[in-house]
This record gives sequence, structure tokens and C-alpha cells, in this order.
Amino acid sequence: MPSTVSFTLNGEPVSAEVSSRTLLVDMIREQLGRTGTHVGCDTSQCGACVIHVDGVSVKSCTMLALQADGADVVTIEGVARNGELHPMQAAFREHHGLQCGFCTPGMIMSALDLLQTNPDPSEGEVREWLEGNLCRCTGYQNIVKAVLSAAATMRG
Amino acid sequence: MYEFNYHRPASLDEAKRILSGNDEAKLLGGGMTLLPTMKMRLAQPSDLVDLSAIASLSGIEVAGDSITIGAMTTHAQVAASAEVSSRIAALSVLASGIGDAQVRNRGTIGGSVANSDPAADYPAAVLGLNATVITDEREIAADDFFTGMFETALGPQEILTAIRFPLPKRAGYAKFPNPASRYAVAGVMVAETGNGVRVAVTGAGANAYRVSEMESALSANFSASALDGLAVDASELNGDLHASPEYRAHLVVVMAKRAVAAAGG
Amino acid sequence: MSENGIGAAVRRKEDHRFITGGGRYTDDINRPNQVYAYVVRSPLAHARITGIDASEALSRDDVIAVLTGADMAAEVVGGLPCGWGVCNKDGSPMAEPAHPPLATDTVRYVGDQVAVVIATSRAAARDAAELVDVDYDELPAVTDLASAGADGAPQIWEEAPANVCFDWEIGDSAAVDEAFSKATQTASLDVVNNRLIPNAMEPRAAIGDYDRGKDEYTLFTTSQNPHVIRLLMGANVLGIPEHKLRVIAPDVGGGFGSKIFHYAEEAIVTWASKRLGRPVKWTADRSESFVSDAHGRDHISHAEIAMNDDGEFLGLRVRTTANLGAYLSTFAPSVPTYLYATLLAGNYKTPAVYCEVKAMFTNTVPVDAYRGAGRPEASYLLERLVDKAAKVAGLTPIEIRRRNFVPNDGFPYQTPVALEYDSGDYFAVLDKALEISDYDNFAARKKASANKGLLRGRGLSTYIEACGIAPSNVAGALGARAGLYESGTVRVNPTGSVTVLTGSHSHGQGHETTFAQLVHEALGVDIDAIEVVHGDTGKIPFGMGTYGSRSLAVGGMALVAALDKIKAKARKIAAHLLEASEDDVEFENGELRIAGTDRAVTFGDVALAAYVPHNYPLDVLEPGLEETAFYDPKNFTFPAGCHICEVEVDPDTGVVNVDRFCAADDFGRIINPMIVEGQVHGGVTQGIGQALFEECVYDNESGQLLSGSMMDYCLPKADNVPNFDVATNVTLCQHNALGVKGCGEAGAIGAPPAVINAVVDALSEYGVEDIAIPATPQRVWQAIQSASR
Repeated sequence: MPSTVSFTLNGEPVSAEVSSRTLLVDMIREQLGRTGTHVGCDTSQCGACVIHVDGVSVKSCTMLALQADGADVVTIEGVARNGELHPMQAAFREHHGLQCGFCTPGMIMSALDLLQTNPDPSEGEVREWLEGNLCRCTGYQNIVKAVLSAAATMRG
Repeated sequence: MYEFNYHRPASLDEAKRILSGNDEAKLLGGGMTLLPTMKMRLAQPSDLVDLSAIASLSGIEVAGDSITIGAMTTHAQVAASAEVSSRIAALSVLASGIGDAQVRNRGTIGGSVANSDPAADYPAAVLGLNATVITDEREIAADDFFTGMFETALGPQEILTAIRFPLPKRAGYAKFPNPASRYAVAGVMVAETGNGVRVAVTGAGANAYRVSEMESALSANFSASALDGLAVDASELNGDLHASPEYRAHLVVVMAKRAVAAAGG
Repeated sequence: MSENGIGAAVRRKEDHRFITGGGRYTDDINRPNQVYAYVVRSPLAHARITGIDASEALSRDDVIAVLTGADMAAEVVGGLPCGWGVCNKDGSPMAEPAHPPLATDTVRYVGDQVAVVIATSRAAARDAAELVDVDYDELPAVTDLASAGADGAPQIWEEAPANVCFDWEIGDSAAVDEAFSKATQTASLDVVNNRLIPNAMEPRAAIGDYDRGKDEYTLFTTSQNPHVIRLLMGANVLGIPEHKLRVIAPDVGGGFGSKIFHYAEEAIVTWASKRLGRPVKWTADRSESFVSDAHGRDHISHAEIAMNDDGEFLGLRVRTTANLGAYLSTFAPSVPTYLYATLLAGNYKTPAVYCEVKAMFTNTVPVDAYRGAGRPEASYLLERLVDKAAKVAGLTPIEIRRRNFVPNDGFPYQTPVALEYDSGDYFAVLDKALEISDYDNFAARKKASANKGLLRGRGLSTYIEACGIAPSNVAGALGARAGLYESGTVRVNPTGSVTVLTGSHSHGQGHETTFAQLVHEALGVDIDAIEVVHGDTGKIPFGMGTYGSRSLAVGGMALVAALDKIKAKARKIAAHLLEASEDDVEFENGELRIAGTDRAVTFGDVALAAYVPHNYPLDVLEPGLEETAFYDPKNFTFPAGCHICEVEVDPDTGVVNVDRFCAADDFGRIINPMIVEGQVHGGVTQGIGQALFEECVYDNESGQLLSGSMMDYCLPKADNVPNFDVATNVTLCQHNALGVKGCGEAGAIGAPPAVINAVVDALSEYGVEDIAIPATPQRVWQAIQSASR
């Protein structure tokens, strides 16, 4: 039976009618029209769907939309502010941290969460943190470089 | 995923009321195992009872010689807890190595333990550290808790509320992860506790289990070399694409030695 | 060098949309009134369909239709076509069984399409799919390549006795026999090339949208080559002429070959859309991708090499069995033949090479091109064999290679297996790799590893590949049923901005930037005023798409040809405006100048004049400034390189860790070094994946795919690979004006043998001489156990 789910998406209140089995990612993509969050697998492995819920990164394919009721949700569309790229986004471009772009939103959202708790990670810490985000194009090297560079920029 | 009725009760009592007389209802902790299983249509609960709104189920409490962790406490919270890392570093290490960062942000200790997944990490901690599983009805000793693959001593309506870990004298955890899923192929918690040395293994068998030969050897000499030449019987162990029972048996010994070393042995 | 021209590391123009969530992939697109398809797939590896009862599914309110193979067969013109024919040794054609998009009477692998359920939501379609009752009469199945040709093996196709699709050969068998008779030493190798599942991060998707008013079809699809899909699906499957069928491949989330092919779901949604009068959308779950995207590799080979006393190669003999899966995928026959055996000469001047390939049907997902396509199989076999030969000959891996390399003055070099290498300097790339790998200090690193209880090993590979696919007449003579040229259009807009239409398709390669650099270099137009458009048959004149590292060498050259025409016309216009002779007009830095004077017009002036032709030679020149060129390459291109890998092996667990990896490559001229490095990083990582992690496993008893999810099939993760040291050494391609060779596949070709050679080296102290690929922890541990016993 349909229920209404309401939450804050990128700072704006949103709501939609969902069924119990509606995944958060599907609500965001299909009902709220924010297609920057992607679905790359069905076993919670790939991380293309990573978003932030209440300040931490989660896989939105492994959350019911109903579980997000009342939450603060941020997706890739909410990372740039006033048309200005976030340093993490800028670093991905500067260091060629993306190729096909499909994993990129999840990578950026995951990396942003890392820097919240560890603003000065080592290369190894970045690589370990990103174990839940698969990329088939870049070989990860430039992603890691981008995250380290963004971390430096954000530390100021 | 099939349709189901979703509930988010605000209290344990309310959760119990929903569960009562509803055999096909399931409790939802972080959902890191249940939701993928449902997505694959391998489970079809009639009702999901989301425990996330019950505040009393979350939190880490230190009291005297134990740490009690609420069932809905996430792996990330356990991993980040200074109370935990300063008292049971091995538990902190274990929690910080579960799944990936996003799994740790959602997955809960209660969900992991109640599920008794043969490849989950926490069962090794519960058993190895001789923890007590606390439910809304009773307390269950670790040795009585894990009864089989995905099977525990929990009754159908019983809710796991917290786990109490007595502080060990020393403890260490080492795991060999499945290269693809990063679940434990063999994870070993070794602890010197008030009641002697305990060695608990996850990933290798149907459910977490203790290895008495290792416990005896380490009781006599708490060092990795005490396990030299000790072989684990492979006949009861799991086998899959990534690890045959024989390879798992070997890894159990290697991980046990590494756990001892991590414990300072 | 201009800061945005050829050779500059221009940051990618396409990135902004991807880093802000503004990419537009197929599944991001929704059409008004759209319905959703879910494919009912065979749970059995081989069975007769004896009945399909969809009544229960159809009774649901949210179900619109359940369509079967019988429904489709009645309305379409044919099955999924194979685009390449290969002949047997005796000249007879290969077995080419029919491939209906929906099975009509028999299913031949787990995942084969049986029916399609169309409903008002994706979830409803999947719910209803479970209610479609298919009766099967199970037949014996064979998934294992080694068993497919055995006596009594289950027969998959009547027209393919013993499951042989073709039995093919290349090279001079007698010459090789003679070489072996003269040899004083030989080495041999039995080798499996592991079956892989490509796993581009974006699962495949397709939307069919039929416009009844215009009788026109639009297909949105995750394709590397939308024009090829239009051709194959339109002409061979659905009988739709090109002018009534538009295929759009928008942003595509990686391909690696797997999105070259024409898949059943594309035809199903296009056909169903007309039948139902509504747009039909299908998106694969990852689980479906595992059993429906074409797989790669899967060879079993025996190879022998003949040498003289000096370790010089005299002859090479290879016998390969290749798995094609249950049906012929689009380009499947070309992969284990012309893209594989023709590369067996490698970088070496081996005078005689002979290879025979038996290609087999099995009850598995079709096998086709995956990054490298045939060339990784050749390189892996050859470079493992050369390492073995070095041991036999008592030479170092470096010395045996140097003794056998095609010499620098040997180009053009005709190999004994059909190819003519145009340029290269194999010694230089080897030296470059040795230099960046700090080769000489290996012993110290090995000691440091030993102090940690780890075994360090080092391996190298030198590889060559044939890219820039392909000269159409050569490909046609070898069985290709299509041309392999490319088209490019340069449209100079009235105010001087440029729109480029290319038949190449970018799904990560960065064409929107690299191709803009070519235009900037040629016309001097600001790079931000250049837009590269691709992936839409409604906009692009024609195209053959992106695969085989061909985009720059073929698509880029088409663009260069179009730019040449633009420049020629611009000079004519400028000559008119400047009242000068055309021969006196020079085109440089965006200006057209009378040589030796300060009289000039800008390219923008010329563009405006072309579209506002008030002062214009209308009697001799058409207005407008837009040119199209088709470019057919004169030869393949031959990138080559040397990769060096160092691994650390944990003998207690068998875990192999790639500690260092160096790649020195010759890709010809480099347009954007940043993008090239990224391609190498990605290719090497896929190569490391093949060597250490990835393995498609079927259960030969049940025919089920065991490695059917990312929980079991191990893709390399960020913490599985190190930072790579990459370098290039350029020799220019001799037959295209850019001098480019291609870089997309090199990593996947060079890396696997370098990694495995390193693992074998690490384990050599146990007496291990070989290890099966991928060298998983379990396999390494077993190898140590067997050797220690």
C-alpha cells in the first residue's frame, strides 16, 4: 500500500508516494527525477548509488525509501553550491578522476564522507575507504589522486 | 523485492505487539543483509519492523569490567568509539573491517549477530570475547547463542537489544576476506579472558564456533608459535569458489596466529 | 604547442556534467506513456521449451503483454546476425545457426531469452515474470570448453557436429614443421586464458519508442556503435529501413567491447513498442548482465616454440580451442582468429608461425570481444612461452626478447601471419620500461620483502597489438560483413563556433575533448567553441563506432580529412575576401593571411561570409562551411610496449599483491597525454583483474553460472592496485597523417603476462614453473603446497 515519504533533498523539502518496497535510489531517480545517482549492481557492491543520509554515506540501493522519512538527504546534485563546483568535484576534473562518469557521483559522495572524519587521509586510507565503490575505467589512480588533492584544498 | 507492511515502532513494546502472532514478520536493523536478500527475492517477509526509531537500542555504555553495545549501534559507531578502542581494540578493529564504509554506516551489531551469517565478523567477537546477548526477554551466553547457519537461540518474537562484552585481558582479530564480497572467508578472534583463552572462528563453518585445541595450546603458551603444526579438520568446513574446505582450514590457522600476534602474543 | 592543441593535457570538456550529476545515460531517460519490459530467462542451460503459459501473468491489471518467441518470429525478418564469417581449413563456411531474439523452441544457456513481460512498472513486470509458466524438457548440457568436443558431448546445434563452429588455420604449417626439425632447443606451454565477464559499470538498457504518425522508430541504447545497431537490427532483424529508424546511444557508462554487439533486448523493445503503441523500456539488473552481456576470452591452447642454439626463434606452433558460447554474437568469429592468431608473431621476427583454432559452441553466454579481443589471448600465450623459452635457452627474459625483436631497420615488417607492421622501436620501449621500473635495484627490494616474510617476483611482457580497426578491403577479404571506415563532419557555424559530428562513440574515452583538440589545432577556434556530437544516427551522417582502439586512428582521421576540406574552402573564401590568389593564402592560428603581408581575415570572418554570402564568389563556390569525410585506414596500427610488474606473494595465504607496475608504451603521436595515461591505468587494471581476480566459472554439471554476481566475480577494487608508472616512447604511425596508433586496449594486453610472469618468478624458489590464471590466493597456495610436497 502506498505511503508518503518526506525528507529534505539537497536542502529542499520533497515528498512522494511510495510502496513499501520502493528503494530510496528508485524514489530519487524515478519519482524525484534526480538521475545523478546511479544503479550499477543489485548486490550492494558497486557504490554507484552512494548518497548522504543524515550526514553519512550510504548505498541508496540498500535502503527503503520509507527508511529515509524525515531524513536529510544529499545527492551529487546537491554538492555544487550556487553553480560553483565543490573542491572535490573540481579535483576529479583536474586530475582526470573519471572516464565514463557512471561511478563518479558515488565516488564523490563516498570520498566526501571520508574527509568528514579523516581530513588528511593517506593514499592507503583513501584506497581502503573506496573499497565499496567500483570503477571499471580509471584503475583508481586518478580518483585517489583527486581525493588527496581535494583533501589538501579543503584543509586550506 | 516483494511488497510487505512496513512499521517503524517507537518503542520495544510496540515492536513486540506488531511481532506477536505474525510469524512472517522480520525485524529490520541496518538491513545490510536482509534488504539485499529481499531484492534477490530470496526472502518474502509479510512485515518489516524497523527498529531504528527505538532510541534505547542504540549506544555504547561502559560499566565496570564490560562494554554494552545497543543492538542498533552501527559498525561505524563501534569502530569510531574511543571507549571501545581503548578497552577492546580487537572489537574496534573488527568493526572497522566489516563490509565497506557504507555498510558500516548502516549495518548494526544486533542485526549482524541475530542473523548468524556464517561469513559475518561479529559472531567471532561475540563468541571469542565470551559476550552475553541481551534480549527483551533474557540474557543468552555466547556459547549458547549460535546454533547453525543463519540460526540462533533467539525465539521467533524475541528482540536482541544489546550485547555485553566483558573486557578481555587481551584480544586480537584477523580475517581473510573473500576477494570479491569482502565477507570473512576465515575470521578468528583470539582472546585471553577471565575464564581462560577463547578462540572463535567465523566464515569457515556453518556458524561461528570455538576451536578447543587452539584454546588449550594458547592457554599453555599465548604465542603464535604455540599454534605451529596444529591442523584444523576441514571436513566440516564451507567450500566455495574462492576457498575450498582445505584452504579454509589452513587459513583458520594462519588467521589465528595473526590474531594472537595482534593481541600481543 | 598551443595550450589546447595536439599534445596538451586539456581537462575534459565532458566532465562537468558527470561530476554534477548531469550525465544522461539510457536509464535516466523516460518517455511519455512508457511501459517496462522484464525478460523471462532460461533457468536451464539446455532445454526444449514445451509450453509457455502466461495466463496468470496476463490476469494482472498492471500487465500489458507477455510476448514470446512465437509472437516475434511471426513478425520479424530474422535473427540476431553475425557480422563476421570465418571459413574452415577446407574453405567451407563456419556453422552459423539462427539466433532468434526470443527463443522459439530451445534454450541453450542459463539466461537465454524466453519471453518478455511488459507492465506498467519495472517491479510489476518482474512480479509478473515469475508468474509466466514455462515448461522445459531438459537436455544434457556442456559449459566446459575442454569437454565440448569430447565423444558423446551433448550436441548444441544440429548444423555444428561435435559442437565445432569452425576449424580454422593461419600460417605455413610445413614451414613450421621444418623449423622444428632444425631446432636445437624448444619450449612448450599449455595455457588457459580465463573467461571474463566485462562488467561495464552501467548495466545495459534500451528504450524502444515507435511514432505511429510518422511510422518511425527510435531506439535509445547503451551502445558503442549506434549506426551498427541501426544497420544490424534494421536490416537483419526487424526489417526497418535506415530512414525510419533512429538509434541514440547517449552517455554510456563504459563498454570495453561488451556494448558493441547487437543484443536481443534492443530488438525486443523496438518491436514491442510498435506492437503495443507505447515506448518500452528495459534496464538490466546486474544479475542479468552477468548472464546476458557477451563474455570474453575463454581459450585453451598448446604452444611450442623452436629455437636455435642462440635462442633465436625459428618457428611457433599453436593449437587453440576457443569458446564461442551458445550462439554467435556479432563479431565473435573474428576474435579467436583474425584478432588473435595474426598477433602471434608478437614483437619478434619468428620466420614461421602456424596456428589452428577450433571454435566451439557450449551452453554458455555468447563470447565476443572484450577489451583487447584476441590480442590479450595472443600476448598472454606468447609472453608466457617466451619466458619459458628463456629458461630453456639459459637467457634472461630481457636478452631473449632483444635477440628476437624485429629490428628498427626492419620496418615495414611482414609477419608470417598476415600483418605488416609499419613502425616501432621495441628496444626503446623495453629500455624505457627498464629505466622507470628501477630494474637494477630489484634485488634490494626482494630482500626487503623477504624480511617481511613475502616473496617478491618480477615479470615483464613485451606486446604488440593491431588497432585502428580496420582497412575495409582487408577486413572484407577476411570475412567482415561490414566496412570499417569512419565518418566525420565539421560544421562551422555562422558565428565561427564548430560542431563536430563523429561516428566514433565516447563512453569514457574523452572524444569530446580529444577531437576538439584536433579542431582547435587545425582551425584555431577556441576549444570552448567546439562541440563534439556523437551517438545519434539522427544527427551523425554515418559511423562504425568505437572499439579496437580505433577512434583516433580512424574516427580522428575522418575528422582530419573533413578539416582539410574546411581549410581548403576557407582559403578560397579568404582569397576572395582579400582579393588575392588562393595559393597565396596561409592558414595559421585562426587567421588566413596573404603570405608575407599583414593582410588577413580571421577564420570567424570567413565563416560569417560563408553563411552571409554578400561578398562571396557564388559563381564558383557554394555558400556554407560544412564538410564531411569518410576515412578508411590503409593498414592496422601497431601500438607496442613493455610492461614490468613486481608482486609480493604472502606464502601463508597465497595472496598476491601488485607492488609496482610500469608501462612503457608506443602509441604513436599523443593528442592528450592525460587521457592516454588514464586509458593505460584502466587497461592495466583490467589486465591485473584478469591475472589475479576475475574468473567466470560455470558448474559443468548443472550448467549454472557460479560467478554470477559481484559477490563472487571479483572486480579489482581501489585497494587491489598500486599507482602505476607510465611512460611513452613515440614512433609515428606511417600511414595516417596524425601518426597515431591507439591506446585503449594496451593495458589489458600487456598486463596479464607481466603479472603472471612475476607470480611465477616469485614462486620459483618453490620450483613452481607455471600457474593457472587468475592466480587467486587459493591457487597460489595450492601451487605452493603441491611444490612443497
